[in-house]
Amino acid sequence: MDLSFTPEQEAFRTEMRQFIATAMPPHLHKKADVDGHFEMDEILEWHKILHQKGCVAPHWPTEVGGPGWDAAQRFIFGEELEKSGAPQLSPFGLSMVGPLIIQFGNDAQKARFLPKILSGEELWCQGYSEPDAGSDLASLRTTAVDDGNGNFIVNGQKTWTTYGQYADWIFCLVRTDQTAKKQAGISFLLIDMKTPGVRALPMLTTGHTPAFCDTWFENAIVPKENVVGPINGGWSMAKALLGHERTMIGAVGLSTRAIQRVKRIAQATEAGGRSLLEDPVFRTKIARLEVKLEALRIQNYRVLAGAQLGHAPGPESSILKIRGSEIQQQAFELAMEVMGQNSLAWFNENDVVSPLEEWVASSFNYLRATTIYGGSNEIQRNVIAKMILGLGN
Amino acid sequence: MDFELNEDQKLLKDSAAQFTKSSPVTRMRKLRSHGSTGHGAHIGENDPIGWEPAVWKQMADLGWLGLFYPEDVGGLGMTFFDLCLIVEELGKTLVPEPIIASVILAGGAVLHAGTKAQQKAILGPMIDGKTSLALAWAEKNGRYDASHVKTTATLADGEYTLTGEKIWALNGHAADTLIVSAQTASGISLFAIPKGTAGLTLTGIKTMDGQRAANLRLEGVQVPASALLGEEGKGLDAIEAALDLAAAATCSEAVGIASTVLWMTVNYLNVRKQFGVAIGTFQALQHKSVDMFIETELLKSTAILATVKATDTDVNERKRAVSIAKAQLSSGGKLVVQHSLQLHGGIGITDEHDVGLYFKRMNVIASLFGDEEHHLARFASLPSFA
Repeated sequence: MDLSFTPEQEAFRTEMRQFIATAMPPHLHKKADVDGHFEMDEILEWHKILHQKGCVAPHWPTEVGGPGWDAAQRFIFGEELEKSGAPQLSPFGLSMVGPLIIQFGNDAQKARFLPKILSGEELWCQGYSEPDAGSDLASLRTTAVDDGNGNFIVNGQKTWTTYGQYADWIFCLVRTDQTAKKQAGISFLLIDMKTPGVRALPMLTTGHTPAFCDTWFENAIVPKENVVGPINGGWSMAKALLGHERTMIGAVGLSTRAIQRVKRIAQATEAGGRSLLEDPVFRTKIARLEVKLEALRIQNYRVLAGAQLGHAPGPESSILKIRGSEIQQQAFELAMEVMGQNSLAWFNENDVVSPLEEWVASSFNYLRATTIYGGSNEIQRNVIAKMILGLGN
Repeated sequence: MDFELNEDQKLLKDSAAQFTKSSPVTRMRKLRSHGSTGHGAHIGENDPIGWEPAVWKQMADLGWLGLFYPEDVGGLGMTFFDLCLIVEELGKTLVPEPIIASVILAGGAVLHAGTKAQQKAILGPMIDGKTSLALAWAEKNGRYDASHVKTTATLADGEYTLTGEKIWALNGHAADTLIVSAQTASGISLFAIPKGTAGLTLTGIKTMDGQRAANLRLEGVQVPASALLGEEGKGLDAIEAALDLAAAATCSEAVGIASTVLWMTVNYLNVRKQFGVAIGTFQALQHKSVDMFIETELLKSTAILATVKATDTDVNERKRAVSIAKAQLSSGGKLVVQHSLQLHGGIGITDEHDVGLYFKRMNVIASLFGDEEHHLARFASLPSFA
């Protein structure tokens, strides 16, 4: 029973922390320091920096450009990135369609798509959810009809397409067999966003940034060789990918940083002649949340230890998304509480609040999404109830 | 990073699991300090000790009572984590023998404060299963502050005279030796006082979980100077170290309790039918069950953290780990047993159903050795917080 990392792993952590700090240019540092919102060009800048250093895709096999790290190193690097406040890279290429193509794609697809995902030259977005297909994803209605000429004609609408307005490509779940049982007629299709008939329109979130889009497909012509895996075999691949998406969202590093920020704001906020950090009520509130985070951190370590031994994710990993997303939200709820009336400031016109407080309200609003995306926490609970507890079978 | 049990630990756990087969909850019911089964029964007086000396002896023979004590005092020199593997298993059937109160809390204080000779003399008979101990540290209005000590011990002519009152001494009613904290000229000190010493009055208390404790009144209790454990003024560190050991052990016990009621509840939900279906098909109940599962997983993780770090020589590391786990026990552990009662419906409110016994024990340990607020405040006072 050993809760510590090895000296080699600790040395790796120090190395990565230093590397991240020095690789981040000053203008990104400045924004990171106040947990500011990064624009897409800044995110891409960081992507390219990491790519140059060979660590933009820690979990990819070395044959396709991964750095050859083990589970612990990938974990440590990910944690250090989260703690640094560096721009979060768009995950759709690197962590979703990339690994899917690696696992299920043919050689032509690997050659065509992987290098540009790695370099950041092509950006991806995800075409899963539809207005009528959220948690019930299998009921999706975007159709892909064979035109007899080597193409699919795609019609339909996808929604919540994160950063669709910047994306070069979209990976879509489309219905290729209308007569089959709903999961059995779905294919995984890669679509060029520049295809005539494809249109992505950004929407404002409650955080007031245009973080996602509606995406329409009107008679879009897509070559059949853009299907990954077998036609009508898309659902099982998508499920595999969703599993991946869920273990990513424990967000312990992000919440560590968020709680540090709460303390910094509390330290700088005065009431009754002392800082809120010295106020016993607020101090206890912060401690209560931090203790919950520390419990999740050990849980995360148990999952990592299992991964290092090559175990498939066990029941202990299923709670990471549920609890991690809740803690992320609670950290921002607490930040808003600590800010008191400063929490009213919306985009800090006239610098009425400090740079550290400027983005709290926007993030507080947007992050209500953490418990909804990646499989809503209610769906997550349904899955645990059925698969782990054996309820209602 | 390694969370796997080694072979010895697996054997220990299996041996404890085997033991609980001979100590089902029905045994605890017979021994508990109050209550009886069946209709029309009123609260009665059961066993005056609440645990069995013969079973204590069995535990001694299994090596459990000296398991984590150093070999040079007659222990097995295994780790505290190893002992807590046993504690977790025993928690599953609410085994009442006072491993936490006697071996871990009182014994832990003796280990930290006493000289080698004193450790051997006091712990030796307990390791053999012949005696049990109790630590009397708490006082009125002190809450969880072990430094709140008004009991005094005055030295004269090679004897200490103790005067004062102590509350909530776990296993105090049965202990052969009471370890008592008192203010001396050089600060808080610990004294080993045999049961029955003149001037010592014990008032027995039945606790909610069916066990017993005692309040102590010391009126001019005279003990030889050799009853002082170690040196004057070293008592507080020893008590705090022992309280952290006991707190960590309760976290392991909480895992045993929580995992038991989780599956008890899930099984009930799959069997109980209403509206023509098993109630486990109802989503609201499924989601409450999942919340129980989540908290039980977090209890497991934090118990590992606490029981590994409870003997850390870096006191701040120890306090941080134990406070995290104890806070989780208070919030998460209570949620698990509360939901377990709720999901059993009416039968959960009977004395007859076991789920209420687990509910009570979890709530008791949530209040022992520092509650949630105490541990959150302590966590926030450590250098690692700022």
